[in-house]
Amino acid sequence: MQLRSRIAAIAIIIGAAGAAAYAGFGRRPARADANPVTTHRVPLATNGGAVIQLCDGVTSTEVKGLKPGHQMSRAQALEVTRRLMAGWQRKHPDQHWVMAQAGGEAGPGSAKEQPSAASSGPAAGQPSIAGPGVAAPAKSQQGDTYASFHERDYKIWKAQTDAFVEYGNQVFHSAKLLGSTIGVSCDMCHPNAANTHPETYPKYQVQLQRVALLRDMIDWCIENPVRGATLAPNDPKMRALEAYILAQRRGVPLDYGKH
Amino acid sequence: MAARHKSVETKYYEARGRVLTALRNCDRRTFLKLSAATLAAAMGKGLTPPHTFQLVEVADAAVDKGWAKTGAQGGAPFRFAYISDAHLYERTLNQRFVRAIVKAVDDVNALDPQPDFVLYGGDLAQLGSPAQLELGRQILSTLKAPVKMMVGEHDWFLDLGEKWQELFGPPTYSFDWKGVHVVVLQSVYEKDFWTARKMTPEQRMQTVAGLDNALQSRFEVGEAQREWLTKDLAKYPPATPILVFSHSPLYKYYRPWNFWTEDAGEVQAILRPYRKVTVIHGHTHQMLFNQIGNISFYGMLSTAWPWPYAPEGLPKLTVQMNRADPFDQFDGCGDGEFTVRADSLVDTIYNLWDRNPVTVKANYLVSDGKVDKPPAPQFASY
Repeated sequence: MQLRSRIAAIAIIIGAAGAAAYAGFGRRPARADANPVTTHRVPLATNGGAVIQLCDGVTSTEVKGLKPGHQMSRAQALEVTRRLMAGWQRKHPDQHWVMAQAGGEAGPGSAKEQPSAASSGPAAGQPSIAGPGVAAPAKSQQGDTYASFHERDYKIWKAQTDAFVEYGNQVFHSAKLLGSTIGVSCDMCHPNAANTHPETYPKYQVQLQRVALLRDMIDWCIENPVRGATLAPNDPKMRALEAYILAQRRGVPLDYGKH
Repeated sequence: MAARHKSVETKYYEARGRVLTALRNCDRRTFLKLSAATLAAAMGKGLTPPHTFQLVEVADAAVDKGWAKTGAQGGAPFRFAYISDAHLYERTLNQRFVRAIVKAVDDVNALDPQPDFVLYGGDLAQLGSPAQLELGRQILSTLKAPVKMMVGEHDWFLDLGEKWQELFGPPTYSFDWKGVHVVVLQSVYEKDFWTARKMTPEQRMQTVAGLDNALQSRFEVGEAQREWLTKDLAKYPPATPILVFSHSPLYKYYRPWNFWTEDAGEVQAILRPYRKVTVIHGHTHQMLFNQIGNISFYGMLSTAWPWPYAPEGLPKLTVQMNRADPFDQFDGCGDGEFTVRADSLVDTIYNLWDRNPVTVKANYLVSDGKVDKPPAPQFASY
């Protein structure tokens, strides 16, 4: 019985290995991906160790003697990551990389990022995702992820948003990008998105004979005064146009249904 | 009805028609002959050169139907029409703007009696190309009344006025009619913003064509033209009524959209000695009026599309037109008619298409809004 189960186990393993090999050999299912996901190719090891690659998909280092499935010691891991970061820093000498570690375990080149308040405040010297120099204000709740975003995160998000609004700005002002067949662009009737009133939607729009949202009106305008093909609701241009129009009306109170 | 005796005007129109037909194909000698003939026709009306067809016939429907008799002399009231801001693309690209300017031409041709002349208020082309300007010239040539041309920025900045001047003559000029001195300005000069940025002419034109980009310079009349204006006006006593045609407003309404003339203060100062000055401008594509000291300002409609009112800077005397219905290509657009009254003040009719026309009287402006207020909009801009 033991022998039979052993043979059965080996058969299963061989079968699994075969299946895995087959899958690896791979016919990949064909997908019409509009934006195929970039895959990073990790280079093959040349010294019998394991290759560890940085998230930029380019910088990599080989750890000698590390077999797959084996864990590195903490010291070894820190050394490997230091090497990777050093490699990245060499390629990007002008970049500043702020280490989100307590007590200023900062990598090279990030000295400028450390504000002088590093040692002030009750949170100084304690591990914090928010990073050094961000003093926790007194009497506020701490420890959750959502509230601990770094200044840098906000800056990145703002830059992304502004870039998206800027794309909307371009589309708004370009008869060509809008697909107009008569050379008309949105800014001809709506300079700086004036008279678009995004804060008044949803409302009944008589031209559409139904309750409309901003994007319905955008589509109507593209079809009629602009004489282009309508955009799908999730078309990047439609989303960008909405973003631009909304961005121009910052501070205006919402007033849905106003005509 | 058969006219056995032709009036002075009929004879003039016939001569003008012959001149225009001959201009289409002429060599240098013929051109010189024609210029002489045109000059003779103009001088026969008692008008001093240099200017083109200046048949400004005086008509006040309520007061004097016999405008044909008055001729060039006298201070009788007169009427003229206004078409502006057609923003034509080539016919193959855009028929909509062509339909609109043709609609305005039909409006003016249907007026009875005909106005003395028609002022074209600038922005004939959208991107200043020779084809667009030529198309506009062709359409305006179907007007029965004589046409006076004024240039806008959309006509100018592709080639800095070369084609415009070839088709329509100098952008700045003046003439007299019935005791009124009329000045036509080029008020859309801009300080050079394109050389430093290494822009092509097309890029420069595209930049100027956009209302809300901060790249272009603000409009100005410019020092040279202000000097010309001072000299031109010097011959006229302060009691002379002055009519100024300008594309930009000649006052400061809203800078970010170039609803603005940078040297407005200086221009107004040159006009200050005159007791009755009316400035008629385009560019703003909306019903707009203002009074600054001795000067009444009328901003007129476009045939192509309406601009919204600016978020700030609206003159307090302006009564807005109703917000335009985007479903109707003609709504918020139109043309205009002016009556220069016996007292030399100017009343305006904003001929808004698909709506009732709105009359704005000089009394309203001159009384600082106390009398004759125009009807309020139902749908104001916000």
